[in-house]
Amino acid sequence: MKDDKARDQQAQLAPAEAARRRFLAGVAGAAGVALAPGVLLYGVAGAKAPDAPVTDQVRWGLLIDTTKCATECDACVTACKTENGWGQNEVRSRPDQRAHWIRKLTVKDRSSGHVMSMPMMCQHCETAPCADVCPTGASFRRIDGIVLVDKHICIGCRYCMMACPYKARSFIHENLEGQKPYAPRGKGTVESCTLCVHRVDAGEQPACVVACNRDGHKAMVFGDLRDPNSEISKVIRARGSTQVRADLQLNPGVQYQGF
Amino acid sequence: MSKIRFTTIEGRSPGFYALIGVLGVFLLGAAFAWHTMETEGHWVTGMSNQVIWGTPHIFAVFLIVAASGALNTASVSSVFQRAEYKPMARLSALLAIALLVGGLAILVLDLGRPDRLIVAMTYYNFKSIFAWNIFLYTGFMAVVAIYLWMMMDRNMTAFARPAGIAAFTWRIILTTGTGSIFGFLIARDALGTALLAPMFVIMSFSYGTAIFLLVLVAAYRWTGRPLGDAAVLRVKNLLSVFVISVFYFVLVYHLTNLYFTAKHDVEAFLLLDGGPVTQAFWWVQIGLGTVVPLALFWSPWTKDSIAAAIAGAILVIVGGFGQMYVTIIGSQLYPLELFPGKEISSDFFDGVVGHYAPSSYELLLGLGGVALSLLIVVLALKVLPFIPERLDDAEEGAS
Amino acid sequence: MKAIRLPRRFAWIVAVALLAAAAAQAGRVPLPQPQQVPPEIATSCVEDTDVMRHKHFEFILHQRDETMHWGIRTKRHSLKNCLNCHVRQRPDGSYPKHTDPDHFCNACHEYAAVHIDCFDCHFDGPEKAAK
Repeated sequence: MKDDKARDQQAQLAPAEAARRRFLAGVAGAAGVALAPGVLLYGVAGAKAPDAPVTDQVRWGLLIDTTKCATECDACVTACKTENGWGQNEVRSRPDQRAHWIRKLTVKDRSSGHVMSMPMMCQHCETAPCADVCPTGASFRRIDGIVLVDKHICIGCRYCMMACPYKARSFIHENLEGQKPYAPRGKGTVESCTLCVHRVDAGEQPACVVACNRDGHKAMVFGDLRDPNSEISKVIRARGSTQVRADLQLNPGVQYQGF
Repeated sequence: MSKIRFTTIEGRSPGFYALIGVLGVFLLGAAFAWHTMETEGHWVTGMSNQVIWGTPHIFAVFLIVAASGALNTASVSSVFQRAEYKPMARLSALLAIALLVGGLAILVLDLGRPDRLIVAMTYYNFKSIFAWNIFLYTGFMAVVAIYLWMMMDRNMTAFARPAGIAAFTWRIILTTGTGSIFGFLIARDALGTALLAPMFVIMSFSYGTAIFLLVLVAAYRWTGRPLGDAAVLRVKNLLSVFVISVFYFVLVYHLTNLYFTAKHDVEAFLLLDGGPVTQAFWWVQIGLGTVVPLALFWSPWTKDSIAAAIAGAILVIVGGFGQMYVTIIGSQLYPLELFPGKEISSDFFDGVVGHYAPSSYELLLGLGGVALSLLIVVLALKVLPFIPERLDDAEEGAS
Repeated sequence: MKAIRLPRRFAWIVAVALLAAAAAQAGRVPLPQPQQVPPEIATSCVEDTDVMRHKHFEFILHQRDETMHWGIRTKRHSLKNCLNCHVRQRPDGSYPKHTDPDHFCNACHEYAAVHIDCFDCHFDGPEKAAK
């Protein structure tokens, strides 16, 4: 494969050279030009080439309209379970020990009694407390805004879970089998919503968003917050958005409307 | 202090071997617990995705905090040049290292992936106070070991004071770091305050001195060495000052929270309707850990009693565990406020007070850490001369 | 090329050495026989066999960090790509688990007593075997 050959060349470069090229690729990526033979770069609107590194010209975000989110609907949760394989293969863990990448939250106003429903998951903060406190750097924010756990270097200290204000992270309490090939999960490490990074890298939408739109509620919009012409940017510009625990000023990439 | 003769303990009596045996049994228990947690996963524990840190962390943080405080006696002697504490300085430094090793062992063995300890020592995120603490802990052991060397090597005693000052500085930073592990958490209403750093420093003074007092008395009584009341009462007086200082910090912490309307809910949880947390706060931390020891230390009937000093020190340790429970578990049992002022609910325990029942594995692991610390002390006393042959009042009078 | 004539004694030494080796072999764990990839699937690996034997983990490790942190998802050195070819379906339709002797990775790793960390988290078969 042509792409693979190019990757191979890059893999053999000295780290500094590779980093330089990566930087150039990042700069050029926004414009969507071919930097070198085989290192073909695409505009950020389309799918990323498999060999192209992610860039900070993109910030992935998710907008959830709570007025469209139905209380009894949990299509997003089901879709996430199916896509990423959680909620099925934990057999020994107690309910409070099982993983929850996304959950439906009911919020009730004490005085007025007003009730709203919304999905709650990793909010993909710009300054993520989990990434700040992680001793090894296993919790990190990819430069395109997706907060991930590098399970290869996660030691299972759970400090990130202590630090997360959204209870978005789960620790795996038992040996797992039958993971999805693109969603590795395992005992003794921490995990959370990846914004379906494997789908996003392939130019697709996260599974929850697809499910929400398919089931007709259309409460979720996924896209690039940095691109002023993306749907998500346009909707936010027109109607505004709120962040959960905005007082903490973490600038989450997951934003809400309707409260 | 003309002639202090430091000697090793004999370590051949049945009692000595019985002590080693008992500690060994606890270590085996911890090894079994760890093996189970490692092969099965943490589902065998009471910890969960709601209560993330549990009993192992109570033990580990207590021991790590106490380790820094165990150095008090040595610091008072070297840094503040109070000669009457000098004979006890070596034991104090030894205890500091031993407690830290015990605490760290628990912390490491509770990791989800303890097999990746090497990762923790090769990948660093320097924005993490946890990463800094890895250096602070290992550095503390090195600095105190050097300090011990300077004290114990006749040719190096000139450097004992600078080494003591270095160790003193390091331990203040170390406990600041430990307190900041909790102080730097914006997510939890009961934590996330700068007050926790100095509060942990003063807690370390209290816990460490209490443990030191007990180890001192045990080391002398069980080996039949003379130990004067004055030496014990001196440590006791120091301890009483620390206990009241910790109480002062606790008072300021809660008064500040009570002043902030946003913190009223969490304060109500801790002080009034938190169930086991509230019980632990009032009965264990304040009652057994503060009021009763102070009464024992200060009341005219018991202030000169060694038995009362020992009882008080034990209670300070009990109270310390209560305080760790309230700080570590209580802060997690109180639900996260995703929407402050509103009621939230979900199928993942949002908006409800958490539940935590420690498993025997966690207890075994924690007790194993304590046993490891004590075993290190016992074996070290047999190998190297850490304690003077006699610490009786007559000896002091002559100096 | 002219044949070199060796002294007869040398032949004896070789014979004894071979016998000794065979005897030692008899008491040892047999050499691993990892499953071959049938030619209709692939005629060669992504690198020469000898290179893969010595360096497969370097490739996987490198790719792991690139994918994790930079979203680079080329197939050549990806773990998924390894498994897609190398973990073969059994005659009964099932796929070997990473702890089974007929799992390609496990065959050698068990022999060398080197624990494979990958499958604590990663799925251990080809993508088409995932449920």
